[in-house]
Amino acid sequence: MVPKASFGSYYGRPVVKASPWQADIPAYLFLGGLAGGSSLLAAGADLTGRPGLRRSCRVTALGALGVSFAALVHDLGRPARFHHMLRVAKFTSPMSVGTWILTAYGPLAALAALSEARDQLPRPLRTGLVGRALPGAGSAAGVLAGVLAPALASYTAVLLADTATPSWHDARHHLPFVFVGSAAAAAGGLGMVNAPLRESGPAQRLAVAGSVLDLAASHHMESSIGLSAEPMRQGRAGAYRRAAQALTAAGALLAAFGARRSRAAAVLSGAALAAGSACTRFAIFHAGQQSATDPRYTVQPQRERLDAGRPVRFEGPAEPA
Amino acid sequence: MTSFANRLFGPLDPATEAGYLDPPTRKGFFTDTSVCIGCKACEVACKEWNAVPEDGISLTGMSYDNSVGLGASTWRHVAFIEQPSGAREHPGEESASFRWLMESDVCKHCTHAACLDVCPTGALMRSEFGTVVVQNDVCNGCGYCVPACPYGVIERREGPKDEPAVGLAQKCTLCYDRLKGDLEPACAKACPTQSIQFGDLDELRVRAKGRVDQLVEAGVSDAQLYGHDPRDGVGGAGAFFLLLDRPEVYGLPPDPVVTTKALPQMWRQAALAAATLLVGSLAAFVERRNR
Ligand code: SF4
Repeated sequence: MVPKASFGSYYGRPVVKASPWQADIPAYLFLGGLAGGSSLLAAGADLTGRPGLRRSCRVTALGALGVSFAALVHDLGRPARFHHMLRVAKFTSPMSVGTWILTAYGPLAALAALSEARDQLPRPLRTGLVGRALPGAGSAAGVLAGVLAPALASYTAVLLADTATPSWHDARHHLPFVFVGSAAAAAGGLGMVNAPLRESGPAQRLAVAGSVLDLAASHHMESSIGLSAEPMRQGRAGAYRRAAQALTAAGALLAAFGARRSRAAAVLSGAALAAGSACTRFAIFHAGQQSATDPRYTVQPQRERLDAGRPVRFEGPAEPA
Repeated sequence: MTSFANRLFGPLDPATEAGYLDPPTRKGFFTDTSVCIGCKACEVACKEWNAVPEDGISLTGMSYDNSVGLGASTWRHVAFIEQPSGAREHPGEESASFRWLMESDVCKHCTHAACLDVCPTGALMRSEFGTVVVQNDVCNGCGYCVPACPYGVIERREGPKDEPAVGLAQKCTLCYDRLKGDLEPACAKACPTQSIQFGDLDELRVRAKGRVDQLVEAGVSDAQLYGHDPRDGVGGAGAFFLLLDRPEVYGLPPDPVVTTKALPQMWRQAALAAATLLVGSLAAFVERRNR
């Protein structure tokens, strides 16, 4: 328990503003992670000769990517101007970095998935140049997408952390690990759901390891960020968090002990893990929103460091103005 | 020349840093709340000049404050605080049993502006005067600047889609258009008590130091400058204040820090996590041999 300290405020009004983002953004956090994790599994499946796992993961990645794109555009105040993101490239803006990651990753993931449709092509196309080039192009694109995928799965943590929202910024050390763990759990889970049982070993191992990382990093995060952990346990954030923990833990246990033996167990645990991953993202999202709405989370830590004589000040050498 | 280390944190001249060759001296506001009379002329002048729409017409019950706080359609905001007992209101007076605090708040035009740093379109830009301005024709309303600002200033304007600037991030421009025409910003022009002073930032800082020393000497021991120090968490604010109580009493963060100060650390953690995922995924394909 963090002791309640008195602090001043202006009629209890928030000091920082909560983001204007709606459900689109936590949904994207989930789907971006799912796409990234799936591309990694697909690339591995391709290189190790698991066509069933490869195909399903490529399709999952493209589907998640498509919905992500729609969500990101929909969330804008001026959706018709989404392409203004491509005017600049700024490393101080995780959203700009993410735009460029998606711009590079998207076409590769799409090409990898489309190459799976080769057999559905009309015969002249299938036996022509396009049809013959498609598998090789799909493999190359798939491996490159896999190389970019870890960045896609982890940058979204910086997207949230690079704000003045207390519960996001204070979680900056841990959030990337929570997010990649969550991405691995979701992608492994859906891989288990969609791939044939005899090929789903890597998906199952990724799912279990991802769940463990998600749960461990979340636990570590909550025990080390002090007051900013409080909103994670309250309100909507708390409800999502409890659901995320239950689904992820149950899904991981089932994946570890049943999913290689029975198809039903694989589907059930995979679905639980994907749902758990989505809940993790919604929990973190709402924790941040809640922490921004109550001035205590902004004022109290700042007041404490001021009163302790440790304000944040530049200590470097004086610069001539 | 500024060292690279200072580009995310620490003192620097923002216009030079942004690439202007030979920019004019940095402009800013010094808002001396000790002489504010709460007339709201600044709020009105700002709305008139900048054609800022109405921001709600209900009564809040927060003393005389009905505009509540800075936002997309409130670029100057006068805070009213009624303190039942407090320090002496004027030098030389006996301790008063009641005092008013009034403060006209505004965008701080930070040296290290988080809103500008995180903007993914380049819509938020640094002007030659060292101020921070939204370009309405570029902004696509992603909303990232809103949670990034450590003072809760900038906001996306909501409302019917056909009204001006709806869906775009909006805030004080320090009257960029007036500055280019050699005029002072509308709020400073309208302020009848010179609580809002506009000018060269260096000069304002000197003036503010003189004023706070004068007040402290006269016995107003709580008088303090806020946002004047180029070594603070945002590299010094372009709009700074003289306050008569703790910042949080006025709804200001007591020790704000630009979020991008931690950027190298954040990207490092993300890279480590990405590497973890990559290695983990590769490991997932390693089969135990004796199966
Ligand atoms: S106060 Fe907020 S909106 Fe104004 S320049 Fe600083 S970060 Fe940007």
